Amino acid sequence: MYRIILKILKTGLLTEPLSVTSPESPAPFLPVAKSLSIRHVDAGSCNACELELHALSGSYYAPERQGIRFVSSPRHADLLLVTGPVTCHMEQALKDTHDAMAFPKAVLAVGDCACNGGVFRGSPAVRNGVDAIFPGTAKIPGCPPSPNILLSALRGLSRPVSGDLPASS
Amino acid sequence: MNTFLPFLGTSLFQMLLVGLLAPLFLGWLNIVKALLSNRTPASLFQPFRDWSKLLSKESIVPQGSSDLFRWAPPAVFALLLTSSLLVPALGTHGKTVAFGDALVLTGIMALVRVLMALGAIDTGTPFGNLGGRREMMVGFLAEPATVLVIFTASILSGSTMTFQTADALRSGTLLPTPSLVFGGLAFLLILLGENARIPIDNPSTHLELTMIHEAMLLEYSGPSLALMEWGSAIKLVIYLLLGIALFFPWGLAGDEGLSDLIRAGGFLLLKLLTAGFVLGLLETLMAKLRIFRVPEFMTLAFLLAILGFLSHFVLEV
Repeated sequence: MYRIILKILKTGLLTEPLSVTSPESPAPFLPVAKSLSIRHVDAGSCNACELELHALSGSYYAPERQGIRFVSSPRHADLLLVTGPVTCHMEQALKDTHDAMAFPKAVLAVGDCACNGGVFRGSPAVRNGVDAIFPGTAKIPGCPPSPNILLSALRGLSRPVSGDLPASS
Repeated sequence: MNTFLPFLGTSLFQMLLVGLLAPLFLGWLNIVKALLSNRTPASLFQPFRDWSKLLSKESIVPQGSSDLFRWAPPAVFALLLTSSLLVPALGTHGKTVAFGDALVLTGIMALVRVLMALGAIDTGTPFGNLGGRREMMVGFLAEPATVLVIFTASILSGSTMTFQTADALRSGTLLPTPSLVFGGLAFLLILLGENARIPIDNPSTHLELTMIHEAMLLEYSGPSLALMEWGSAIKLVIYLLLGIALFFPWGLAGDEGLSDLIRAGGFLLLKLLTAGFVLGLLETLMAKLRIFRVPEFMTLAFLLAILGFLSHFVLEV
């Protein structure tokens, strides 16, 4: 117990300061800023994107300080975050998850696979990205996208509807 | 009419105070936990942000669920807010608004638990069922210990009204008696179990199989979810206020003087900040217990409560 407390005190704050977001981050859709609940669905991903999402929720990026958190039920979620090229088997599950979410809601495709099928594009077993199911989805390309890119996009999604993102806080 | 207006005023003030303290306390607890995991915390007002967002969202009623599911959140919220009248927050002056004693409070908490469990089971999802049943198990194990702790504190004051108990203990000696030390320890275990904190339940888990409290909320969305989460926060604050009234009543105001109340508010803030720090530290240092170890944990609470009860007769009479 004392070992843990000592370690906590010795380590100190690990969180990195926020970087400036790029202007082309996806548009906000919620009436309240800095509060975003995310439901993540793995639609046939190779788990590289999942590793980056895991890294995102660690102490270095601490998305909770911006009100961004992953939730355990689609009913609690505002944002459906999809990774993977959307295999035929996951298509129905993805639609069901989207149906279970309360309005206002949005979909975000993370990684090259979810954006356009990536290396799996053209396979008969995939739908070549989230666009085939939910047209006009916001996208974060990258194979896989780094936690910093993910964080800035998610911050963009949870900024005030009319207003620019503060450079850093 | 003469007595009704002050009564209404005190009641509304008490409910508003507890209702607003709840999200602030939750925010403080999250700050402590974030700092202890070496990360920059969210703002103190994050719960307000989350709940105002939820209140602006749509509320979905799952297919096949009955009115029970729709009415459980407002009923739970209303019951918890009403029961905040039963515990002293700032001073024992509030005894005019108390419509019952600590046993009534335990009863209301049981009613809330039954409503939540029924609302969860009503949807027919396996996880809701699982959570509801587990919650009832924790509840029935915690209840006898709660009642014993209340009795232990009540022997000393001769009344189960929390306001009178706090009043009697407040003017007593600062040195805690053995029965109150045992009772306080038992109450800490009860508080952790009743409010779904570690080591009984993990409030930040995403793993449905290990959930107790969260599993009951999986199907709620929008305003219903906001009411449920706000209600849970109020429940935590009510338990803390009960613990403060029974075991740390120093600093509670005696009469209605404004300066007394302000001083009592300062003490309350200090106590809640300390309580948040202790809870956050406990949650950081401990791991969640297996569900089959929960009965042992609650039995320990009951044992401590019995010891406190008996030690009054052995050591203090």
